[in-house]
Amino acid sequence: MLKKLLPFVEHALKAPVWDCRMCGQCVLHSTGMTCPMTCPKTLRNGPCGGVRENGHCEVIPEMQCIWVKAYDRTISLPLPKVWKQHYNELRPPVDMQLQGTSSWVNLVTKRDQQVPGGWSVQGSEH
Amino acid sequence: MSVLREKLENSNDVVFTAEFPSVDGGGMASVERNAARLAPWFDAVNATDNPAAHAHTSNTTTAIAMKMYGLEPIMQIVCRDKNRLAIQSDMMGASLHGITNLSLLTGDDVTAGDEPEARRVFDIDSAQAINIARILGEGKYLSGRPIKPAPDFYLGAVENAAAPPFDYRIQRALKKYRAGAKFLQLQICFHPDRLEAFCKGVAEVAPDLKLIPTVVLVKGAKGLGFMNDKVPGIDVPVSFLARVQKASDPSVEVIKLTLELARHALTLPGVRGLHITDFRHDDSLDSFMNDLGRTPKRQTTNR
Ligand code: SF4
Repeated sequence: MLKKLLPFVEHALKAPVWDCRMCGQCVLHSTGMTCPMTCPKTLRNGPCGGVRENGHCEVIPEMQCIWVKAYDRTISLPLPKVWKQHYNELRPPVDMQLQGTSSWVNLVTKRDQQVPGGWSVQGSEH
Repeated sequence: MSVLREKLENSNDVVFTAEFPSVDGGGMASVERNAARLAPWFDAVNATDNPAAHAHTSNTTTAIAMKMYGLEPIMQIVCRDKNRLAIQSDMMGASLHGITNLSLLTGDDVTAGDEPEARRVFDIDSAQAINIARILGEGKYLSGRPIKPAPDFYLGAVENAAAPPFDYRIQRALKKYRAGAKFLQLQICFHPDRLEAFCKGVAEVAPDLKLIPTVVLVKGAKGLGFMNDKVPGIDVPVSFLARVQKASDPSVEVIKLTLELARHALTLPGVRGLHITDFRHDDSLDSFMNDLGRTPKRQTTNR
């Protein structure tokens, strides 16, 4: 029951503020509280090379590039230091099976930390 | 064998790379013609993957054809058109045909092309694609399924040194380096100060990463204006535009300007070569390369 209800609650709370897309593996903390799934290319390791001179998005010229915004906020917001350090971490590919599920549940069960069997990261900052 | 790897990793030689013209019909004869034109000047040439979101002959088959005519390909793979399965099969297909150099890019959005109604994929991004190529090179698919023997790749990527957020671009280069990129071809850049800051920064955090800035041969002020207005991520300072516009022969002046940019780029830390994008398609490429002090290689074809 709770499992069915939580996605609604999470979306109701996160959508108005962060335009949450319910990817089910929330990384807001490491991206200056800016949702990378609102990037038209859904990059988890942005920004792309198409950012305009004024910091706006290649695809939607009237929108600020969300990765520029994320970077500015990572620097300026009073966020915990470890969150800030996570900004340049290599985030793994999105697990499409988690689409529409609650990232809160996935955080508690650690389901959101499951990566493909071959995935590995070398030389991270931590 | 990758000449590019050999030169970048085991020599101090400066390398020159270029873009192979997209193939749209014209058959192998057109590939042969273009290969013959580029081979004397370049160590390796990019086989592009639907550049600017326009459909063309595929990256892999173009790379195979180039190789047949003695041109070493750097096969690009973009994340726009293929999901992670298709991208891994592109990489394995390249390896099957002895293609070693791969360059992994995000890719322009579908809206940049002539079929903006297409579905954009972006299942993975460029940093993840580099990491996956590295993992294949260690003998595993992304799933962990073994590959024996492991494919041999020499991995590269692209970065835009001149797009915001400027200071983060250095960190992003580092991220790609850690993922497995050994060389970076840089986006066209008309801001020598930004390029300099980027190269210096990268040389500090990733001294082994080989940087290859790009200069572009255009016909005149119109070409510069087009890039400034139409290509997101490229900004041409007004002073450059004015200089070319006001010159008595803009076509000559723009080459002079490009030479200055090229010479400056080659002096920067971490820079090991130059990438040349040719939009002029005339004989200015030969004189440009001569002016840079290059002597043409004799051609070898291994068919
Ligand atoms: S400019 Fe920014 S928001 Fe737009 S597609 Fe690129 S990374 Fe995403």
